[in-house]
Amino acid sequence: MGTYPREIQESIERVGATRPARLANKPARLTLQEQETLLKGFHPDYRAEGKRKLKVGASWGEPVPHELADLLEAYPLLDPGSVDVSKPDHDVDLLVIGGGGAGTVAAIWAHRSGVPAERILIATKLRHGDSNSIMAQGGIQAADKPHDSPAIHYLDVLGGGHFTNDPKLVRAMVEDAPELIRWHEDLGVMYDKAPDGTMSTIHGGGTSRKRMHSAKDYTGLEIMRVLRDEARTQGIATIEFSPAVELLTDGQGQVVGAVLWNLETSEYAVVRAKATVLATGGWGRLHIQGFPTTNHYGATADGLVLAYRAGAKLRDLDAVQYHPTGAAYPDQLVGLLITEKVRGMDAQPLNRLGEVFVHPLEPRDVESAAFIRECALPEKGGRGLGVVTPTGMVGVWLDTPMVDMIHGPGTFERALSSIYRMYVRFDINPTKEPILVYPTLHYQNGGVVIDEHGWTGIPGLYAAGEVEGGVHGKNRLMGNSLLDYNVFGRRAGIAAAAWAKKASPGTPSLTHARRYTEQLKSAGVAPERKAPILLPEYRGEKALSRMVDLL
Amino acid sequence: MNEITVFIMGKGYRVPAGLTIMKAMEYAGYLLNRGCGCRGGYCGACATVYRLPGDYKLYADLACQTPVQDGMYIAQLPFTPAERPAYALENLTPDGKTLLALFPELARCVACNTCTKACPQKLEVMDAVQSSLRGDIRQVAEFTFDCVSCGLCTMRCPAEISHHHVWQLARRLNGAYLTPRAEHVKTRVEEIAAGKFKGELDKLVTMTKDELVAAYKARQIEA
Repeated sequence: MGTYPREIQESIERVGATRPARLANKPARLTLQEQETLLKGFHPDYRAEGKRKLKVGASWGEPVPHELADLLEAYPLLDPGSVDVSKPDHDVDLLVIGGGGAGTVAAIWAHRSGVPAERILIATKLRHGDSNSIMAQGGIQAADKPHDSPAIHYLDVLGGGHFTNDPKLVRAMVEDAPELIRWHEDLGVMYDKAPDGTMSTIHGGGTSRKRMHSAKDYTGLEIMRVLRDEARTQGIATIEFSPAVELLTDGQGQVVGAVLWNLETSEYAVVRAKATVLATGGWGRLHIQGFPTTNHYGATADGLVLAYRAGAKLRDLDAVQYHPTGAAYPDQLVGLLITEKVRGMDAQPLNRLGEVFVHPLEPRDVESAAFIRECALPEKGGRGLGVVTPTGMVGVWLDTPMVDMIHGPGTFERALSSIYRMYVRFDINPTKEPILVYPTLHYQNGGVVIDEHGWTGIPGLYAAGEVEGGVHGKNRLMGNSLLDYNVFGRRAGIAAAAWAKKASPGTPSLTHARRYTEQLKSAGVAPERKAPILLPEYRGEKALSRMVDLL
Repeated sequence: MNEITVFIMGKGYRVPAGLTIMKAMEYAGYLLNRGCGCRGGYCGACATVYRLPGDYKLYADLACQTPVQDGMYIAQLPFTPAERPAYALENLTPDGKTLLALFPELARCVACNTCTKACPQKLEVMDAVQSSLRGDIRQVAEFTFDCVSCGLCTMRCPAEISHHHVWQLARRLNGAYLTPRAEHVKTRVEEIAAGKFKGELDKLVTMTKDELVAAYKARQIEA
């Protein structure tokens, strides 16, 4: 004890004082009406000034956050007139853009569907595996227990998404789920199990059955590294530090590959492909409405920009997922993910007075809105009961010592070892003291429109994982992102392989980018803005202000 | 602002105290591409070594998880050349000799424990090497479960072992062959293939929003 500043210690004592009563009584869940009131009052998505309607492209008139609109209404980073893309440097059957979970699964299943390994290329911006997939902590959903069913899972997904999801995508996801868990077992993923092999499963926010499968609190890491190892076993080539900066199209309106750009040497490379799978992940590093994020460094919405220029439709991008429990203290950890599994294992969210103010496992958007209301000042309609840190961050308590009190000593350190390690580095012991949390930008609920085979509607272009939309509607439940990328990575890989067998791509060109540029000009978009941005800007202001390009 | 001096690859910069090594490099003006991945301690991209003034030790840690200290000398190790032999899991057996046969350099371990000292996850790396030599795959898998493949142990190892590849294989063997399969998963896959839930799902996908809301409200929540 004693690592929190003195003014916060007093609040911790209150948390300790209310604990015995809280251990005895569980809080009630909200009704759908109560959820709606909370969302309208306090969820950042309901702030009209946070977004604007798109004035170009296939989703003209759709509202999206300003931070994304700025990238969709932007000129190509690579000037289409400056490069010759007609002669490919690589000629393959399948190009996978993105080396996270979705891309890796797509490549593996395309190979299993008959595309030779040497005819597949994964191009990725950072290293193979550096992705949001690897950071997922809590788990993956699948309705595989006797008292559960894909139909119950289906209802949970739809309710969590406020009934805005695409039904055929949800069906595909819940029906494929058990088979993918089975596949992971074949590949050697070490799921948490009872000694007889039964999966240890718990609740996630908004689930009606305990169907969250986990691998400690490194679930994403464990699945991703096994998939990566399997791709290596199959001999699938990966080009790292080479993000795609533009798709390529031919005269028949097909997508026929992409232009890559070597982050280290600044060289471009033309990849011609019979089929392309877009698996570029999400948008957390756009810091929508100024929120910190749980996302990896490369989550800059590149795939949305590329697909949109090629004519793909987007959906549900007005809905941003703020994970309720981002770290709020100490400063070095601000924004990092504290898995929902901590609440799944019975830790309660509390205000400054040590009172429970919401059920720990409401759907994420509702839970986040409740946290924001608890912290907002009374003059803004809130309750003003957050805990203020020395650097001015505000947060609520997550009563982590409850985990060991309910599940036995040693449980936290064993089942939540990454969170334990993260805090012990800063001399906070989460089994003895509660931790401070506040919502953090976590997930891109919407994305590129796809059908149940991951097809975008543009010949030759498929999408899988966080970059696509419709699966989760306006709000994703915990454990359905790992599931999403496995289900739609596999489906996109299989469908892309089938397309590649019969496709006849023409000469690669940037015609679509030129056409989009004309639309931007007609819409009066100023020429300064360029996209994709590839990396977020975190360099110090002083250093930036004195930088000059000489060499 | 309380500033300190850090030496990034030998060159001194004034940066605010309390930043992580990664954020201090960015503050100083570095645009990171290598040496930066998830920024949350999971991907292992930001392996870094450093020394402190007046201290003979070479420390190893993750740049995204380690606060800077005054006088720190920092060098990133953004890539670890490491040998992964070709194998296919389905052709392997999880017996005592599998790891040593694919990674014979394990036998070169001199038990110096430098690997353990280099581990940012504070894993018992040398114990895992010894377990590998004994052929105890399950124990290797348990010891190394929290490994983020940063490569720091590999870069410090006098026996030239590619640790993270050994651990990866051990965990896959453990998961696929040494852990009982979940019978309920197999059963459910067969039920789905046999069409057990088809009728119910066919009905759900055609329901109106009002019907869905009613069905959603009527769900029983498992205690």
